[in-house]
Amino acid sequence: MKAFANQNARSVEEAVTLAQQSLQGGQSVSFVGGGTDLLQLMKDRVVNRPGSELPDVLVNLKTVGGLDQVTPSAQGGATIGGMITLDALSQNALVRDRFRVLAEAAESVASPQIRKAGTLAGNVCQRPWCWYFRNGFQCYKAGGSVCYSVRGENQLHAIFGGGPSYIVNPSDVAPALVALDASFRVVGPEGERTLSAADFFVLPRQDAEHENVLADDEVLASVELPAPGSGMRSAFHKEMDREAWTHALASAAVVLDMDGGVVRSARIVLGGVAPIPWRVPEAEALLAGNRVTPELARAVGAAAVAGARAMSKNAYKIPLARSVVERTVLTLATSA
Amino acid sequence: MSAATEIVRLTVNGDRQEVGVPTHFTLLETLRYALGLTGSKQGCDKGDCGACTVILDGEPTLSCITPVWEAEGRTVTTVEGLASREAPHPLQDAFDLNGAAQCGFCTPGILCSAAALLERTGDPTREQIKEALAGNLCRCTGYTKIYDAVEAAAAAMQNGASVGGASG
Ligand SMILES: Cc1cc2nc3c(=O)[nH]c(=O)nc-3n(C[C@H](O)[C@H](O)[C@H](O)COP(=O)(O)OP(=O)(O)OC[C@H]3O[C@@H](n4cnc5c(N)ncnc54)[C@H](O)[C@@H]3O)c2cc1C
Ligand code: FES
Ligand code: FES
Repeated sequence: MKAFANQNARSVEEAVTLAQQSLQGGQSVSFVGGGTDLLQLMKDRVVNRPGSELPDVLVNLKTVGGLDQVTPSAQGGATIGGMITLDALSQNALVRDRFRVLAEAAESVASPQIRKAGTLAGNVCQRPWCWYFRNGFQCYKAGGSVCYSVRGENQLHAIFGGGPSYIVNPSDVAPALVALDASFRVVGPEGERTLSAADFFVLPRQDAEHENVLADDEVLASVELPAPGSGMRSAFHKEMDREAWTHALASAAVVLDMDGGVVRSARIVLGGVAPIPWRVPEAEALLAGNRVTPELARAVGAAAVAGARAMSKNAYKIPLARSVVERTVLTLATSA
Repeated sequence: MSAATEIVRLTVNGDRQEVGVPTHFTLLETLRYALGLTGSKQGCDKGDCGACTVILDGEPTLSCITPVWEAEGRTVTTVEGLASREAPHPLQDAFDLNGAAQCGFCTPGILCSAAALLERTGDPTREQIKEALAGNLCRCTGYTKIYDAVEAAAAAMQNGASVGGASG
């Protein structure tokens, strides 16, 4: 691995300053949480920030005090620090109770060891796991101008929202956050800004190199979850090509606001099928005002994939995504 | 850029260590190349196989993707620290008796994941054992004998078999 220096930040603001100082000094820099993604990229000599070099300096965010907490808000929502580990997130009582979809998503990530080291922010900001990108191909994600999957091995690539790059957003946690209508607090040199989870991620047609709006010197500090309605229930389900320790072929994060047996409103977000967490409003609309029956769940599944377009080798993802949605909606709505 | 070095203080298998390593070293590189503890294996070296699993403050940890600074002031147990001077760890006994190791490359990591599990859960179910070992690949055994061995070790420990090593 290339040699690098480590700087422990004591506050988010200090982290931003440290990053800026390195950038101004001509050094490339990356923020690091658990390092489970970043160290792998560095060992494979894959550049983390496009247009930059392998990092000379890592600014460690895990040393920022209090960034690993879940804090309930007075209204019933919660603020979750970006450096909470996925393991702690999945076991947090408040999260399990009120924001189940997030706990289930965090629990489904990788393996016990990776959940104990990997963080919420790192999970959301992890780079794509496209095998071309990870193996040093100069594709869009590495600052190049081609997506090798288009004419190549695209089994794991996008069926929605692709072009010019066809990567899929690999995070299990991200669809859950979009489904919960979370806001992301981002801190940078100009201060902080808050944006909705849905506005945080960007499609390749907006920016082919980056997966989100963060600049090189901006930190994803925390995530805010709005208070759940009294009839809210939520679930995450993920399909993989083996039983554990791998990314989703397709996943669904579903949040239902129920009035007795009737759905008031729904949010359905797919993972593993698009370059961003992929919301399916047509499918959500079918649920509003209705009681969930097996027939309706089937129609919701079909609506969810109505806009999908398979590549040469990933057509299987369409029925897979359809049935993940159908089953998650049906189970969630009809469970006691 | 020439590699900067730093002094890291940590407790490894009961011994307090102060070791000077390049700042970009992982915990695994520190254990293997600075401290000579080669029991923890460098398999994939990027978080994909679990062969480098050690116990960091009670938690199974992939040492190959753990920057060494993460271990500052903390306690590490490697496979070398599981046995006592007098006897192997009950897990090591059970792996031997159940034929749970073939080539053995995954074994140090699996023993560490399993030892961390048994510290937390004295009488784990088969499901809990599977879940605890979900981050350790074994290409030889098919896992069944590994699960059998962990169950046998748990039973032996419930019946008073002692754990004498650094993890106990
Ligand atoms: C074998 C394997 C299997 C995996 N399977 C899954 C899976 O099934 N599902 C899944 O969701 N993930 C999976 N992952 C990815 C894993 O979950 C991530 O590596 C982990 O969550 C990243 O967290 P971290 O804290 O270690 O991030 P780091 O490696 O520290 O950082 C990751 C990236 O985010 C940036 N970053 C980190 N924190 C911030 C911040 N606060 N602000 C701005 N940028 C930041 C870093 O610069 C880096 O680019 C897998 C990984 C491996 C190695
Ligand atoms: S060597 Fe660490 S996971 Fe493979
Ligand atoms: S015994 Fe050979 S990999 Fe497990």
